[in-house]
Amino acid sequence: MDLEFTETERAFRAECRAWLGAHVPKTPLPSGDTREGFARHLEWEHELFDAGWAVVSWPRKYGGREATLFEWLIFEEEYYRAQAPNRVTQNGIFLLAPVLFEYGNDEQRDRILEPMARGDHTWAQAWSEPNAGSDLAGLRSEAIRVEGGWRLRGQKTWCTRGAFCDSVYGLFRTNPKVPRHRGLTYFMVRLDAEGVRVRGVERLDGDEGFAEVFFDDVFVPDTDVIGKVDKGWDIAMATTNSERGLTLRSPGRFMATATRLIELWRSRRHAADPALRDAVVEAWIDAEAYRWYTYGTVTRMVEGHAMGADSSLNKIFWSEMDVRMHETALALLGPTRELEAGGLDAEGAWLKGFQFALAGPIYAGTNEIQRNVVAERLLKLPKG
Amino acid sequence: MRFAFTDDQLGFRDSLRDMLANECPPGALRACWTNDTGRVPGLWRKLGDLGLLGISASEEQGGLGLAEVDMVLPLEEAGRAALPEPLVEHAAVAIPIVEAFAPAVLRERWVPRAVTGEVTLTIALDDAPFVLGADSADLVLVWSGGALRAVERSELTLARCRSVDGARRLFSIVSGMGGGESICDGERAIEAARDALDRGALAAAAQLLGLGAAVLDLTVGYVKVREQFGKPIGSFQAIKHHLANALTALEMARPLVYRAAASMAARDASRSIHVSIAKARASTAAQQVARIALQCHGAIGYSTEYDLHLWMKRIWALAAAWGDPARHRARIAAAVLEGEGQVYP
Repeated sequence: MDLEFTETERAFRAECRAWLGAHVPKTPLPSGDTREGFARHLEWEHELFDAGWAVVSWPRKYGGREATLFEWLIFEEEYYRAQAPNRVTQNGIFLLAPVLFEYGNDEQRDRILEPMARGDHTWAQAWSEPNAGSDLAGLRSEAIRVEGGWRLRGQKTWCTRGAFCDSVYGLFRTNPKVPRHRGLTYFMVRLDAEGVRVRGVERLDGDEGFAEVFFDDVFVPDTDVIGKVDKGWDIAMATTNSERGLTLRSPGRFMATATRLIELWRSRRHAADPALRDAVVEAWIDAEAYRWYTYGTVTRMVEGHAMGADSSLNKIFWSEMDVRMHETALALLGPTRELEAGGLDAEGAWLKGFQFALAGPIYAGTNEIQRNVVAERLLKLPKG
Repeated sequence: MRFAFTDDQLGFRDSLRDMLANECPPGALRACWTNDTGRVPGLWRKLGDLGLLGISASEEQGGLGLAEVDMVLPLEEAGRAALPEPLVEHAAVAIPIVEAFAPAVLRERWVPRAVTGEVTLTIALDDAPFVLGADSADLVLVWSGGALRAVERSELTLARCRSVDGARRLFSIVSGMGGGESICDGERAIEAARDALDRGALAAAAQLLGLGAAVLDLTVGYVKVREQFGKPIGSFQAIKHHLANALTALEMARPLVYRAAASMAARDASRSIHVSIAKARASTAAQQVARIALQCHGAIGYSTEYDLHLWMKRIWALAAAWGDPARHRARIAAAVLEGEGQVYP
């Protein structure tokens, strides 16, 4: 067991810290889940890309710097420590890119990855449907074979930042005759294609962070199918582990939240309910637990083990930790916590963060589904 | 950064797990509730032969000279077996404290025999006020009058205190704690007491992980075979979600304990905080697992004829011993929250 980072890793951290310290905008950008804020965030993404920080773990040919997994964790720790802007490109670089690396072809990787990393080409995930949420395999949107490609019909919903992105990726039913998990295919679709209609949907915090997307005989060429036809479910499931596990929510995010929470407690300690001290201590223990759990996971990955159903356990933990941390912060704010701005939390950041945290136990597979996965795959309990 | 154990460390864990499964089965544990010593006859010397009692003792004194990071998995296994011996007090605390703080004459008189299991050492502190196994021990380390003293059991008058865990024979010291010989006093004694708390809390936390894993295994096995409404109750989501919560609590406590062990081994300046994090969280996690285990068992778990209570009561006891969660949260708060410094460097 060796808990020290190497000299190379420490130098990498110093380089991250120096660049972020000099470049992170001094005043927070407007929310990336609004049209104006999204555009401002893309300018920031360009700046990140040009300096080589947008996708540190990717190959150099696509704009990365071939950082190791531990270096990527260090970058994330520093990124959140610096309170840098939210990554509006995350559903491309963290969720679609791993699919392309593993199941795409060279033509797709060469065409898609670099513009995605630069923020020139933006991606939303189109998985859920009005009648297919937790039971995703029950989805009904379909793709009909035509000359040179497919025609898509149906509706997707809860597409994060779908109102501002230019493309989506998702599963469509290509074969209704086989059992429902078998006949699905993984597609990429441009939202400016003929027959696509996008309607923004307001989220809990008032931002237009969601979209519904309607597909009315939308043509998609064969070149925008990822992997084999009818194998979309396997591809999607193989890569959901990265969403629930490591990449979507790395420990740096929660280390930064715990740090801000401790700073808030220090500023409020004389006025706050003494019982909140323990809640703050527990929040910090949670952040430490997730950090060391992840270092263990990454050690195993570096040594060649894949992340399996333990990513579900991981997702339960980080999503519920995030809610607890924000609940504690709001309790420290006292009665002013109902104010969106102008209270003790001048910009309403904790209130907004709380509303976002509440989505965590729902997105990326509800925590009820994750608990079933933990029970059935890790504890080997019988299927119900 | 490599946050994982070596093959040797895992191998020692596995061999101890097998040994304890044979030598300390539930029947032997149950017998300790009613026998004269609270200990499994003959087992102590076998643990000595295996090297476990002297795992942290120096090689000059006949020990293995290993560090906390080598001890944490064996202690977890002791927890899994709910081993009813003063292993924490003797091997994880008293021996290293005597080696680090006592004069050479004391060290040479006691450590070589402690390593083999010929004698048993135990300890009493403000943070561990009830002395485990004092009646069958030979030497008791006690905090008295600003000094840490080594007092032979025969010089002490003891009063039995009944633990909820009948296999834990606890005593309070009525008189005699000023006798024996001084190990150290003044600042050194304060340092020794802190070190003893860190060592004991870490060892208890490791045992709590093993205890939690054992009751979770027992419960998972039970819900797979117990049928109601014509199906195993483990197929119901209400049960699945309880047990998923138990596993999550345990798996997220585990790395904190391992990290604290590595911190202790490296004499990290923040090791006491890391130990407090580990002990606070291992205690609450194991208690949560025990609560869920009982609920998923239903009435059978509430019966002392079934084995669950032997493990559950040890969890309650160890959560309270060596600093309960409130004590350790206070230690964390004093160091991290009350200061002005940066939380992460």
